[in-house]
This record gives sequence, structure tokens and C-alpha cells, in this order.
Amino acid sequence: MLAHRPAVGVSAVDATVLEVRNLTTEFTTKWGTVRAVDDVSYSLKRGETLGIVGESGSGKSVTALSIMRLVPSPAGRIVGGEVRLNGRDLLALSEGEMTGVRGREIAMILQDPMQALNPVLKIGDQVAETIAIHQGLRGKALLEKVIEALRHVRIPAPEARVKDYPHQLSGGMRQRVVGAIGIASQPSVIIADEPTTSLDVTIQAAYLRLLRQLQEEYGLGIVFITHDFGIVAKMCHRVAVMYAGRIVEMADVGTIFDSPLHEYTKALINSVPPLEADLERLPQLDGQPPLLHDLPPGDAFAPRSTLAFTPEDASVRPELVEVEPGHWVQLSRPSVADFDRYAHLVSYG
Amino acid sequence: MAELGTTDDVALRVAGSAADLDPIIQVRHLRKWYPVQQGFGFAPPSHLKAVDDVSFDVAPGRTFGIVGESGCGKTTILKLFLQLEAPTAGQIIFEGEDIARMTAAGRRRFRRSVQAVFQDPWASLNPRMRVADIVGEPLEIAGTMSRRQVRARVAEVLTEVGLNAYQANLYPHEFSGGQRQRIGIARALVLGPKVIALDEPVSALDVSIRAQILNLLVDLQKQRDLAYLMVSHDLATVRYMCHDMAVMYLGVVQEAGRVRAIFDKPMHLYTEALMSAALPAHPGLVRDEILLPGEVVSPIDPPAGDVFMTRTPLPVDPNNRWAKERPPLVEKEPDHWVVETPWSLTSSRSGSLSG
Ligand SMILES: Nc1ncnc2c1ncn2[C@@H]1O[C@H](COP(=O)(O)OP(=O)(O)OP(=O)(O)O)[C@@H](O)[C@H]1O
Ligand SMILES: Nc1ncnc2c1ncn2[C@@H]1O[C@H](COP(=O)(O)OP(=O)(O)OP(=O)(O)O)[C@@H](O)[C@H]1O
Ligand SMILES: [Mg+2]
Ligand SMILES: [Mg+2]
Repeated sequence: MLAHRPAVGVSAVDATVLEVRNLTTEFTTKWGTVRAVDDVSYSLKRGETLGIVGESGSGKSVTALSIMRLVPSPAGRIVGGEVRLNGRDLLALSEGEMTGVRGREIAMILQDPMQALNPVLKIGDQVAETIAIHQGLRGKALLEKVIEALRHVRIPAPEARVKDYPHQLSGGMRQRVVGAIGIASQPSVIIADEPTTSLDVTIQAAYLRLLRQLQEEYGLGIVFITHDFGIVAKMCHRVAVMYAGRIVEMADVGTIFDSPLHEYTKALINSVPPLEADLERLPQLDGQPPLLHDLPPGDAFAPRSTLAFTPEDASVRPELVEVEPGHWVQLSRPSVADFDRYAHLVSYG
Repeated sequence: MAELGTTDDVALRVAGSAADLDPIIQVRHLRKWYPVQQGFGFAPPSHLKAVDDVSFDVAPGRTFGIVGESGCGKTTILKLFLQLEAPTAGQIIFEGEDIARMTAAGRRRFRRSVQAVFQDPWASLNPRMRVADIVGEPLEIAGTMSRRQVRARVAEVLTEVGLNAYQANLYPHEFSGGQRQRIGIARALVLGPKVIALDEPVSALDVSIRAQILNLLVDLQKQRDLAYLMVSHDLATVRYMCHDMAVMYLGVVQEAGRVRAIFDKPMHLYTEALMSAALPAHPGLVRDEILLPGEVVSPIDPPAGDVFMTRTPLPVDPNNRWAKERPPLVEKEPDHWVVETPWSLTSSRSGSLSG
């Protein structure tokens, strides 16, 4: 069993690059104000990959957009918390200062590589744009850097390829170009929001390999948003499981797979068919996540749980507690295995 | 009765046709070549060979899975089977009858018996129709039931797929993705089909909803002895759902047989590479990824010989027969078929050439 997968290239001292504290983001909707991100805290070290998993609508993307300060306004706004990137609170920056940080110190890679590339611009020019902005290069020096960046992401014959348009490349190569743009400014953190969902197995594998390689070379910190536990198993050092805008459990990847405490984490992992074994019947998690404008009071998981929630248990809003070093869980009596062992850690009123 | 005359046809009976099971579908030498205009003037016409000589059987109560990289021809096979496109060559035999030569009555029976569920539950339902009409439409078209009977039947199928009968009056946008996929399944079931074609039926859904839909499909199959023809690029889903499978590359089946046998012991290097690239179920399972050299070549005028020739890690002798001519599938073990060339088998890889 895998107890701990150490982050790559981590120096001995505190290597935290990104720290999110009590982040809370709300939207104004026709049903009233909804809290899409509710008191989310996590940190990311240099060279580490943190997986963010959870069902659709659980707040994974809005958390990422909040960190990037790209929450669609005026409907959405960050109502509280801190986002520290290399020690600096991003939420306290002016919009102008934030523009300098975005894409330079922290970059986001989106789902569809075709959307990230401009179809009428040569790929060399698109990579050059980022490098020119961030490194102030021009002319021959710039072209050399562009070719180097493309070579870095294993584009064959980059000298010739710089003149290609996106449609002339295969899906896998387009993603490499997006990757090249993503790292051209050598950010310390990349947030990848389901960058591989539309890809087939082999292209996806190649892309994941590329991300890992970049991480090893630059000590890149990666926040990997996905609902695919296979990606988590392959890529992540630590995992945060989100439900209805909150983190319900967070631990290193081995703990999440082998000894999760929260019933929801277990149910999610078990509902994925394994490649390596025959299965008589796939355990399924019934129902669907609650709607944000219609959240149950207290524990958002209670209405969906097959466990015996008494009305009192269900009405308690569970606290996220560090039950053992590095292992956080929303402690509620019914949904956490071995609750009694940790009960002293919560202070229900 | 169908004519399966030549010995070649018999040799190509691919898995899914255990002796004790009468196949409901037999696909024989199916081809779909799309003409493409390349260059100018008198250049000979080129063809995009989306499906090139594919044969397999599907039996009642069983699921036949088709896997392979994007563009290898999976959806095209389903389209041909559903008669949404006409094949360039080959036959599709349904209950012993070639669908190209069916009478009008036979064709009606075929349309009732064969249904489909598609990948995207958002795109595949008409947003302006109520669920009752979406699900009831095939019955209305068939025209054999009164309105009341249709309504009763719709309510019955909705319950069967785990929805509430009262939801019949709602519109698709009032449902979640998983519920919409249930509506799609209800519509496919309403005429009491024998075969359902499933094109990536869960890949647009959440993990939790995926399990619900997969289990629903498994239950319906057991209750009704349904045959499924399923396309997916998720190998784990195929392993859970399918009994038999075919692995395709560039329009050509490279390996086929029982799912269990193929997962236990892939014989073709392409199958092995595909499996090695699949995501693990646990962080402790670290697979050595097998990277095939070269890039997927264009399906436009592919090599006359083995299509896998440009991707194999093994040396290719250009004078070998299969470098010039399409190699057939060979039944290496009972019900386990593979394209056998000196460069295609996992067993031909010497010890020095691993990883
Ligand atoms: N512009 C918006 N206006 C109102 N609500 C929004 C807006 N964007 C997101 N939300 C709500 O915020 C919640 C979280 O959405 P988010 O996109 O973060 O989910 P997610 O976890 O990324 O889901 P998915 O896996 O489907 O991408 C959802 O309930 C969503 O409806
Ligand atoms: N109408 C058409 N005209 C020309 N070429 C087509 C047409 N339909 C499909 N093709 C081509 O046929 C090949 C097979 O396509 P198909 O849709 O069957 O692939 P697939 O295996 O389903 O891929 P995916 O996993 O991406 O869905 C592709 O090269 C595709 O571009
Ligand atoms: Mg999202
Ligand atoms: Mg397809």
C-alpha cells in the first residue's frame, strides 16, 4: 500500500506556494444568494499536486476562479477569506497588480485545448505572445525561446511547427502547445480544470506525463480539478473532496484511497469501476448532490446518506477537523467511521 | 436466411458467438469508406476508410464492446448498424436476415427492435418537448396504441428507469444530467427493443451518476435479455459492462474475444499499449506505460498492408506478406482473435524490448 507519495523537488524549508484560507464565494441568483464556495482552506507545496474532486456543482471550478480572481461579476463575488501566493494575499491586490500575477505566477489550464488556442494565429505567435509579455524578449531571441518552449513539451521539429495553425496539429499536440503557453512564464502554480476530460486514453496519458515532467523540472505546484479518480490515483499527492461548496475530507492520496473516514469519500471511490478486476456489481451512490439554493440545514450530506442520521445529527453543521496529522474530515456522527475516537475534537454547541 | 457462404466468413466469426448462443446481430465485412477530395484535377479519388472490413456477432443478453482511440471508427459502426448511414460494403444481419434486403415489414420490425442511447444527454433530447412526448414519440410513430395506452406505457417505462411517472409533464431542462440520460434510456426502451446501441452512454456524466446508469443498464439487460452494442474509450467501463469486445485501430479490428480473456492476457501490442495508458484504480498500481512509436496515421488511404505496421515497436520486414496485404484475424485461442503478424503480438516482443 502506498502511504505517502512525496512531492517532487521540495526543499527542506517551508515550501508552501499557495495557501487558501476560509475562502467563501457567493452568487446572486433568481433563487437568492447561494454560497458556491463555503469556507474552503487548503495549501499547496512546491512540486506538489493537489487533486480537487467532487460531483458536478460542488464548487471545484468556482474555487479555482476565485483564486485567479476571475469569478464572473457582478453575479459572483468573493465574500471572505485569503489566497496567499508565495506569501502575498492575492485578494488584497488591485486589479492591475493581479493582471501581472495571472498567467505569470499562477496560470490556469482549461478543459478544451481548442478553446485555449486562437484558430487564426500561428502557434508560434501564440507562444511568443506569452513569452514577450513575461520576459520582454523580441526578434531572434524571442523566436529561440519559443522554439525552446515547444521543444520542451516534445513538439517534433519545432522550428517548422511554429508556422502551423492549431487545426494542423493533432489533439495531443495542441494540448502540448497549450501546455507550452501555460509554462512559458514559468509560473509557480498551475490550476488545471479538467484538462483531459475530452481526450481519449492515449492522448490523456501523454498529457498527464507532460504535466508531471514539467513539475519535476520546475517544481511546479499543480491544483488538479477532476471528477476522475483514476487521474487522482495517477497524479496527485494529496486530495480534497468537495461537496456542496465545502471540503468534506482532505488527506494524502494513499489515505484517501485506503482509509478514508468520510462515508461520501468511500462511496465516491467505490462507484468507479476498476480496470484491474472483474466486478459482480458496482456499488452505487444513489441520488444527487443538493441544490445550493435549497441546501439542507446542517450536514449537506445527510439527506443522501444511507446511514442513520437522526434529525439532531443532520441539523449540525459538521466542522472540518484535522483528526490526524494532514488528514482533515468533516466530523459528523453518522457519516464518519470511528467518530467516537475523534469526537473530542469537535465542539458542538 | 443469410448467406455466409465463403469459408472466409466462417473463419471470421468473432467472439460473441459462443456455440450455445444464437447471435441476434451478425456483422460481416462491414466497410465505410468516405470519399475525400485531395489535390486537384485528375488525382485518383482518395478514401477515408473509417471502417474497413469489420465482422462480429452479438448475442441476446450480452454486451459487445468496441474500444479504440478517437477516430478509429467506433461511432461509424453504430451509425451503420442503426442505418443512419449506408455501408460501402458488407452486411449487417439481424435475426438471420440481411437488413439491406429486408422487406418493408422486416424493416419496421428491425426499427422497433433496435434502439440507441447517445453520449450527450443534453444534446440528444428535444428541449421543447415534454418528457411524456419524448418517450412516447416512438409509440406514436408506430401508431398501434391509443393515447391512453401510450400514456400508461410511458409511465411504466419511466418507473422502470428510476424516474417518477409524474415527471412525464416536465421538460428536459428541468432534469439533471443523470436523469436526462434516464429519459434517453426510457425512450430507447419504450418499444420493447431487443438490441440497444450505446455510444459512450456515461462519459458525459458524474462518477456517482455513472454507476447508477451502468447498473440500470445491467439490470435492464438481465430482465429483458437485451443485447447491447457499446462504444466506449473507458476500458474500465468496458470491463464492467461487456462480455465480448473488439479493439480497433484505424478502422480495423486488431483483437477480439471475451472481455475477461483480453484483459487477462492481451495478445496484440496495440491492446496492451491501450491498457497500459488507462488510468489506475489505486495510487499503488503503477503501470509501466507502453509508448508506441510514431503517431496515429491518417485514415485517408491507410497502408495496404497491416495498419499497425507504422506503430509497432518491433522491426517490420517490408518484404513480409503482411506489409503489403491486410492480415486477417486469427483465432489463436478458443474465442480469442488477433491480427497476427511478425510485429503485432505481445508474445513476439523479446525480453530486451520491454517498456
Ligand atoms: N455564474 C454563476 N451564477 C450562478 N451560479 C453559479 C455561477 N457559476 C457557478 N455557479 C454555481 O456554483 C456552484 C459550483 O459550480 P462549479 O462550476 O464550481 O462546480 P464544479 O464543481 O466545477 O462542477 P463541474 O464538475 O460540473 O465542473 C454550482 O452550483 C453552480 O450552479
Ligand atoms: N461523414 C463523414 N465524412 C467523412 N469522414 C467521416 C465522416 N464521419 C466520420 N468520419 C471520419 O471517420 C473516422 C471515424 O470516425 P468515428 O466517428 O467513427 O470515430 P470514433 O471512433 O467514434 O471516435 P471518437 O472516439 O472520437 O468518437 C474519423 O476519421 C472521422 O473523421
Ligand atoms: Mg467545473
Ligand atoms: Mg465516437
